[in-house]
Amino acid sequence: MVGGGGAVGSGLLENANPLIYERSGERPVTAGEEDEQVPDSIDAREIFDLIRSINDPEHPLTLEELNVVEQVRVQVSDPESTVAVAFTPTIPHCSMATLIGLSIKVKLLRSLPQRFKMDVHITPGTHASEHAVNKQLADKERVAAALENTHLLEVVNQCLSARS
Amino acid sequence: MKDSLVLLGRVPAHPDSRCWFLAWNPAGTLLASCGGDRSVRIWGTEGDSWICKSVLSEGHQRTVRKVAWSPCGNYLASASFDATTCIWKKNQDDFECVTTLEGHENEVKSVAWAPSGNLLATCSRDKSVWVWEVDEEDEYECVSVLNSHTQDVKHVVWHPSQELLASASYDDTVKLYREEEDDWVCCATLEGHESTVWSLAFDPSGQRLASCSDDRTVRIWRQYPPDNEQGVACSGSDPSWKCICTLSGFHSRTIYDVAWCQLTGALATACGDDAIRVFEEDPSSDPQQPTFSLTAHLPQAHSQDVNCVAWNPKEQGLLASCSDDGEVAFWKYQRPEGI
Repeated sequence: MVGGGGAVGSGLLENANPLIYERSGERPVTAGEEDEQVPDSIDAREIFDLIRSINDPEHPLTLEELNVVEQVRVQVSDPESTVAVAFTPTIPHCSMATLIGLSIKVKLLRSLPQRFKMDVHITPGTHASEHAVNKQLADKERVAAALENTHLLEVVNQCLSARS
Repeated sequence: MKDSLVLLGRVPAHPDSRCWFLAWNPAGTLLASCGGDRSVRIWGTEGDSWICKSVLSEGHQRTVRKVAWSPCGNYLASASFDATTCIWKKNQDDFECVTTLEGHENEVKSVAWAPSGNLLATCSRDKSVWVWEVDEEDEYECVSVLNSHTQDVKHVVWHPSQELLASASYDDTVKLYREEEDDWVCCATLEGHESTVWSLAFDPSGQRLASCSDDRTVRIWRQYPPDNEQGVACSGSDPSWKCICTLSGFHSRTIYDVAWCQLTGALATACGDDAIRVFEEDPSSDPQQPTFSLTAHLPQAHSQDVNCVAWNPKEQGLLASCSDDGEVAFWKYQRPEGI
């Protein structure tokens, strides 16, 4: 489902000098969270913590450092079991947008309880092929088929691996 | 409305995987399921419970997306993300893969047998629909490759009695095909859905077609022959298809499947909001502009997306469903009184 050759491995970066943003600090743990008797619902910060360390496919930087993901663009409702994440490609013609969206989606699929409905989409107005990318990411059949492609799965896993 | 859909049983059909699709055999005695575990399973009853009679695990290298029984009930076709379609021959409880149909460039999304049993249709993400001819020696020959869609083709279904084929696509349209001078041609394009069309179902007469979509609506299309009394325009000798009803506001996520009961006319849907719904046509409504009422709504029919609903072809009201949670469920539908 990821189209074209892209810039991976070609040595040519589409966006050679991206703006780099500061990472947010660690989440402060509250007394309520330490109390095991209190139910701890999933909140936006928790979702953000899952996705902020995802590696960008072409820079040695995380999605948080490139401002591709931000906590304010995470919407979560634990009682309704819904999560919506908007991500912002660094440039409007970024050919990696589908791959970035797929990596976020896979991270959430692997981390959250299965009851959650997940919507991963591009921040409105920030990408030339916004509609086409959103439609692909929302199509679970195409996502399932893409993840059976071993080469593509390897690329996604690289985005999701912890940097050494 | 609460008791109109009663759970009869539930089986973990494709554990730790997704169950994508179900198909009843024509006798209504066996149910085939397929899923992300690359297998096809055959279910039958023993006493009151549903048990797995066979597992067909050798045919495919990737997800099995759909299955279809031949009209005689002796063959089963399975369509897979591995780009092939397997034809299985039934011999009592055993199934043997007799042919593998190759040709699609990538994932085969659907397969369907024509009512005569002499034709088979397949479709794929490669945007094409293929029509295959079957001879007495179980040989399959591709007789047409139809490239009418501009995107991924999600589903194919045949008219219940005629050699008329319908396909649904990621390009938001439905297309119809018929044979013309030894080749197949697209004879109608149904436009109206605002996103991917996931599935299709003809009504028992074949005069109407239901389509369901990612736009969260079901549309009912009706066939109008040339020179019809209603004055619906047709081009040439082909009938025209017009949307006569849209069911909107009922579903809160993508509708993955629609099934029109061939015995009762009840319309069931499988939705990404985990629910199963049943609709019935209001008998007093105008056939040119029918209205449908929601007669059953089961919000948590499964713990994840419902992918398929299938009415038993012989037993009235028996409905099977399957889900991303890997389970198959069996339901008894009873039309609420007063409708």
